[in-house]
Amino acid sequence: MYGLRGGLRTSTPNWEVSMSNPVRLRVDRIACDGRGLCAELLPELVKLDDWGYPIIAECIVPASLEELARDTVDICPKLALWLEKTNAEMTIDR
Amino acid sequence: MVSGRLLSDSAKSCAEAADVRRILTDGGAGPEGLAAHLERHGALASNRLSSAWRVAMVRETERAGLLGRGGAAFPTGEKMRAVLSETRQPVVIGNATEGEPASMKDRVLLAQAPHLVLDGATIAADIVMACEVIMVVHRDVRPMVDYAVDERLQMGVDRVPIRVVTASERFVAGEASAAVNWVDRGRPVPLGKPPRMSERGVGGRPTLVQNVETLAHLALLCRHGSQWYRQIGTPEEPGSMLVTLIGSVARPGVHEVAIGTPVSDILALGGGLSAPLQALLVGGYFGSWLPSDTTIALPFSALGLGVGLGAGLIVAFPAGACGVTETARLARYLASQSAGQCGPCKFGLPAIAQELEALAEGRPARMADLDRWLAEIDGRGACSHPDGVARQILTALEVFHDEVVQHEEGWCTASGEDFVLPLPTGKSR
Repeated sequence: MYGLRGGLRTSTPNWEVSMSNPVRLRVDRIACDGRGLCAELLPELVKLDDWGYPIIAECIVPASLEELARDTVDICPKLALWLEKTNAEMTIDR
Repeated sequence: MVSGRLLSDSAKSCAEAADVRRILTDGGAGPEGLAAHLERHGALASNRLSSAWRVAMVRETERAGLLGRGGAAFPTGEKMRAVLSETRQPVVIGNATEGEPASMKDRVLLAQAPHLVLDGATIAADIVMACEVIMVVHRDVRPMVDYAVDERLQMGVDRVPIRVVTASERFVAGEASAAVNWVDRGRPVPLGKPPRMSERGVGGRPTLVQNVETLAHLALLCRHGSQWYRQIGTPEEPGSMLVTLIGSVARPGVHEVAIGTPVSDILALGGGLSAPLQALLVGGYFGSWLPSDTTIALPFSALGLGVGLGAGLIVAFPAGACGVTETARLARYLASQSAGQCGPCKFGLPAIAQELEALAEGRPARMADLDRWLAEIDGRGACSHPDGVARQILTALEVFHDEVVQHEEGWCTASGEDFVLPLPTGKSR
């Protein structure tokens, strides 16, 4: 598996967050087929479970990764990813 | 460990204290007819479509602190407001799918007081100005509900039409979006992603999905007000609730209790213990296992126990039974009840069940993987099926820790032969 050595960061205390338009990466679990492209493109936010399905960090997408996150959403073959606008920094509401 | 005698000594007086009859009747006589129902509870307000009444009822529901009784304990007033904020005319679903195999309370309620539930459903419909009530009911109680709806039709008590649909019997079929999906498309599986049902549900209309017990409480709350509603229960969790009490009690069954009633008093309602107690499963098959010795004196409330009350199930798990074996059996059933739509649930739950079965049979189990899978699966389904299953198993591994250790060494200390947790037999799809 590519790009997993960095590990998953679940909180981002020191990352620069774009406060104007905070978003979180979300996945439609029913649409997701476990192709795994998201984890290859965005290992900072996505790792895969033993069956190849994404485990996505609950944090707000850091500004430095926003562009990459948008590309990842666009490239998902099942169109299962989206960026969700959020107000609170660490809401766990799914 | 708590002896059977300890409880039964004081069982009678406790049972009398704990017994509440708000939404249940005294049973026995079968479903209460419309005339008897109206005599007992009084007629409904006649100004039900005035905007003043509707605003007042939403406010009273919020003041009462009425929480949904289907398992998620979501505030009913908040759900009403969400539906009211939509522009299209909504639909109300009265949900008595009761897919939880151990729970009986929705069926007992409908078999005793169908009109109280239908009152609540039509009141909810009037509050949100819905164009239809759809009752999704377990097949066991379909005839009682049909009969009651017919009675109301003949007496002309309701503004809205009431449609009755027989529920699917899959475990996940009672989840709000699954109930909508069942009514609309005959597919009893949850829908993923937003929008919420309060935005777009049945036929694309905003849909208020409420458990039937919640509706029965609403019917009384709208007659007597929020102050009356709060007279029993705790300040944080007011009112009464139905519990299904099974396992090692003398008389398993459904009871109505004030929220916050000590667990021991609820066990006394079932005639006390029929065997020494080992643990309690609270909430349902998505619930939490608790050690009996520390739990029995606590108040039965989410705050009192520190766990959700789910749909109000209490399983008295006897000392002779094997918690590991029962957990493995339950995990296999719950894995089979996954809708199979989401990968983590579809593949994760059978893997978890497989390791638990190995542990139950004293074969080498991958305990580290099991722990990791249980942690990773949380929150990764379109519905909360995987979360609920994981929570239940994690608490089982904690409460039955000693037995887990025995099993890892190839021993089982249980003496009982019979399984305690009921599972449906025959076809489950």
